[in-house]
Amino acid sequence: MHIDIDEIAKTFGTTAALHPVSLAIPSGALVALLGPSGSGKTTLLRILGGLEYPSSGRVLFNGQDATGMTVQERRAGFVFQSYALFRHMTVFENIAYGLKARPRGSRPPRAEIARRVNKLLSLIQLPDIGARYPSQLSGGQRQRVALARALAIEPRMLLLDEPFGALDAKVRKELRQGLRDIHDETGLTTVFVTHDQDEAMELADLVVVMSMGRIEQIGRPQDIRATPATPFVREFITH
Amino acid sequence: MSDTTLPVSARPSHFRAATDETPTARRVMIGLAVGGLLLLVFAPLIAVFAEALARGWGAAIASLGNRDSLAAIRLTLTIAAISVPLNAAFGIAAAWFITKFDFRGKAFLITLIDLPFSVSPVVAGLCIVLMFGANSAIGGWLVANGYPIVFALPGIVLATMFVTFPFVARELIPVMIEQGRAEEEAALTLGASGWRTFWTVTVPNIKWALLYGVLLCNARAMGEFGAVAVVSGKIRGQTATMPITIEMLYNEYLSVAAFSLAAVLTLLALLTLLFKTLLERHVAGQIAANHRH
Repeated sequence: MHIDIDEIAKTFGTTAALHPVSLAIPSGALVALLGPSGSGKTTLLRILGGLEYPSSGRVLFNGQDATGMTVQERRAGFVFQSYALFRHMTVFENIAYGLKARPRGSRPPRAEIARRVNKLLSLIQLPDIGARYPSQLSGGQRQRVALARALAIEPRMLLLDEPFGALDAKVRKELRQGLRDIHDETGLTTVFVTHDQDEAMELADLVVVMSMGRIEQIGRPQDIRATPATPFVREFITH
Repeated sequence: MSDTTLPVSARPSHFRAATDETPTARRVMIGLAVGGLLLLVFAPLIAVFAEALARGWGAAIASLGNRDSLAAIRLTLTIAAISVPLNAAFGIAAAWFITKFDFRGKAFLITLIDLPFSVSPVVAGLCIVLMFGANSAIGGWLVANGYPIVFALPGIVLATMFVTFPFVARELIPVMIEQGRAEEEAALTLGASGWRTFWTVTVPNIKWALLYGVLLCNARAMGEFGAVAVVSGKIRGQTATMPITIEMLYNEYLSVAAFSLAAVLTLLALLTLLFKTLLERHVAGQIAANHRH
């Protein structure tokens, strides 16, 4: 699915989190929203996911206006910064949650849900942890479970908020490759937010550099490295 | 924690940790705490049961068997059964509203929830009489139509609910602030409706705090005196709750009857306390389990 962001702006009270920004995300791309904290990148991601509504502007999914679509209708697989796993449910129940929440008509039978959950658990290479609770997992395992839970709803796109933020350097590297593999396997249009330029440059097809609610530059990693469009970008990527 | 602490005997005796007190200070503090507890809490508790049983079990039980005492017990349990679930529902709604949304006047709303803690229950009772008494516009209309509020069950329930309103909300607010909104947001992105999210994510996460708040609310609802004394009219056998009947019996020098009923009320409170303790133990176990990784 391709996504168009058309002159999206967002103000909280009197402060502008996003000045009108526009961005076209091609179908199947892996896009990084890169910027320091307060740059508006998370706000933009939440607007895509339907967790926040823009003050003005439009969002289009496959050319259709999706601005007023509810969060449920969007079917965006969302991975939260601290993963937001349901702490009172097992890993299995966490991943099954989205399927069980479907209206009766489109809800898969119990056996089918179990089959899909187990398939996802092997996709994230943690086939044996279904019966555990989130508190019994390591940070890296939690992140992968959150990813599996988001994939379980057969999302139309994948949105990740600082997916590697809370992990140590070694696990970070492993999971980067993990996300790349899952993206390539599913072909989902994927947008992730990061403040780590290495991560953005290494992982993404397209990098969107943001600062203070504005987009500074959009481009392939090698192009941004070769020709930074503004002094801010130059400063940020050489840091 | 304890694995880094040396056994007391292995420590050189002339070194003292900065947070350790001198043996004298320790003895004085422990003595004050234990003495205070014995004198102010334990002794009166024993005295209540001793007075109730002063003329033996037979007399105590016989005194509870009279119509007024039975009516008082029934009334108090009825009031708790009505006001506690309602306050639990209001408390959840208030805490949910305050912690999951940002809006103007939030601080004011929190202050308002705390108001019953700071207003004297007698004043609260008087407010209800002013609002719903036969001389007020609303009260006059209600009485004329056969629904008296003051000097009747609805007034007592209102007074009890006013006094016990903060318990559930106050327990829930810090828990819900600490948990944040991310889990609810995750449920929504997975396609769950707001209603489903509330029952499958919000409620399971707050259930222990909720139960704790309900128990505190219940203990206070059964024991409330001041506000209820003003609105109930103290009609024997009809609007006199347990605490009010106890006071009336005591004023009439019916000490066995007064203390027997007081003992029953105390037992109800102790029962609530027992539940609370069991709950705390259970929750402590849960918290330990959650931090075990």
